[in-house]
Amino acid sequence: MKKIKCALIGSGNIGTDLIYKIQRSPVLEPVWMVGIDPNSEGLARAREMGLKTTAEGADGLLPHVLADGIQIAFDATSAYVHAENSRKLNELGVMMIDLTPAAIGPLCVPPVNLKEHAEKAEMNVNMISCAGQATIPIVNAVARVQPVEYAEIVASLASKSIGPGTRANLDEFTYTTSNAIVQVGGARRGKALAIINPAEPPMIMRNTIQCLCDSEPDQPKIIDSVLAMIEQVQQYVPGYRLVNGPLFDGKRVAVFMEVKGLGDYLPTYAGNLDIMTASACRTAEMFAEEILAGTITLKPAVAA
Amino acid sequence: MTTNLKGRQVLLHDMCLRDGMHAKREQISVDQMVKVATALDAAGVPLIQVSHGAGMGGNSLQHGFALASNEEYLRAVCPLMTQAKVSVLLIPGLGTMKELQSAHDCGARSVHVATHCTEADTSPQHIAFARKLGMDTTGFLMMAHLNTPEGLAQQGKLMEGYGAQTIYITDSAGFMLPDDVTARVAALKAVLNPETEIGFHGHHNLGLGVWNSIAAIEAGASRIDGSVAGLGAGAGNTPLEVFLAVCDRLGIETGVDLFKLMDVAEDVIVPMMDHPVRVDRDSLTLGFAGVYSTFLLHAKRAGARFGVPARDILVELGRQKMIGGQEDMIEDTAMTLAKQRGLLRDVVRA
Repeated sequence: MKKIKCALIGSGNIGTDLIYKIQRSPVLEPVWMVGIDPNSEGLARAREMGLKTTAEGADGLLPHVLADGIQIAFDATSAYVHAENSRKLNELGVMMIDLTPAAIGPLCVPPVNLKEHAEKAEMNVNMISCAGQATIPIVNAVARVQPVEYAEIVASLASKSIGPGTRANLDEFTYTTSNAIVQVGGARRGKALAIINPAEPPMIMRNTIQCLCDSEPDQPKIIDSVLAMIEQVQQYVPGYRLVNGPLFDGKRVAVFMEVKGLGDYLPTYAGNLDIMTASACRTAEMFAEEILAGTITLKPAVAA
Repeated sequence: MTTNLKGRQVLLHDMCLRDGMHAKREQISVDQMVKVATALDAAGVPLIQVSHGAGMGGNSLQHGFALASNEEYLRAVCPLMTQAKVSVLLIPGLGTMKELQSAHDCGARSVHVATHCTEADTSPQHIAFARKLGMDTTGFLMMAHLNTPEGLAQQGKLMEGYGAQTIYITDSAGFMLPDDVTARVAALKAVLNPETEIGFHGHHNLGLGVWNSIAAIEAGASRIDGSVAGLGAGAGNTPLEVFLAVCDRLGIETGVDLFKLMDVAEDVIVPMMDHPVRVDRDSLTLGFAGVYSTFLLHAKRAGARFGVPARDILVELGRQKMIGGQEDMIEDTAMTLAKQRGLLRDVVRA
């Protein structure tokens, strides 16, 4: 079967983990890895895994896009360089999956709104944050049953799984995720909290989702909706598991989740890395399926 | 005590309107804030922390909703201060720079930027921003018993590099013994620039708040957090008036009036308490097991709801190495323990 060729920009934890996920995909093929340091471990590993590499940033990729038939690019660099990468690649008809907090395109949580984005053939979709991918499906599972006035999520992450970029920019993580709880989750107000725990052995990613409903929660409906949503996420993140809840306390609904990763690049405790890359991969697959079926065609964006 | 501390200058920082919010389940009114802060100001306390117990951004399901916003508290208190500077707490991951800006706009002039004792590198934006605002900026290393003296010193050095003017050893669990404090102050002193101050924030869960604070001063600390009548999380903070009496006996200079501070404790703070803030079996468990002091009331609530003793929950949280900010894991742990004991079942689809 024909596969859609992909480029990965950013050779850190996320980019490297993505190689594993994309190599397993029936519809995607990783072809290029883009870095900025010729001596980086990430680029060396990508070469070992059979990818072509450049250390010249996105500019090093551009001359090869058409010849190598690249149609989808994953950007795991930073919000600061994503805009430029996206502009240049969109002009060549390459669809962007944004794993930075830049959020130029619409926010995507696969079981909530991926289909909608694929049908519109969006040329740039944003994957929010690891915590967003782990919690917004649950917020939405409650909000699709009855109005949620406020949703709050807490993500506890193993210290070893958090790279320097996230550490130095925690506020961006907070703003991006809080905003997505409203935009995608469907709550009227949202708040995101992150805790980085250094315990040894490293703790598996935990997420607590709390919703305040306008009225008394419809318990059977919410339980059904939440359990159905968890099954949907499990299709691309098998280690997404309900630990406790839904707990009902007045108008409050609390759900306690654990995310164990597949252990592709980082060990299984790094469920945060896994859910981010798996969601991005799932998103790319949906676009790839539509492209292969001929239902959407990626068109070069006209330069502004 | 062998060292002669006579004439040493130490800056006292009162916590009862911030850490004390934990002990009051965040239910201190604006009027009470004003009453306490003006009394502390009149007693000569130079620094007074005023905010939600979890600091900037603290109003949440996770940490409780206070009676008023941080801005409302600060706008009421700051203009009334005659000599005291008002400070706030900011924990990156919970609070953001927007909220710090807002606190500064309302009159806050000092900030504890707090991280877990191994995660200082989550604070560079916030420390730099506080300095840009011209605030007296502290790097506040929480649960400091969970890092070695040398490891803690490296974390303090990072914060100094981001711009922090003072580095605090924060004994959030009230777990440290005086030698632990001495070793950590000495390790910080060995790596920090001479002009960088060192502070100690104690909890009284093992009854050592005062002694640990004196040990910190002997080793070179020049700032001490405490709270009048000990109003704070767990068994409370170092009781400030008790510590002050010891300082006076030792000739440590603080500029604070002991009798006035005693009166604030007795006449203002103690009548405000919902429960006696003291060492009891649960707060002692915190100190003994090395658990974050703020977890105490949450564990009591969850324990009552799910039929599991608070002490069992606290010990389990300690075993799992949960840290400050993971209050959601208290309810979660209570439910897991309740399931193990046959008191609770998993949900099933209708």
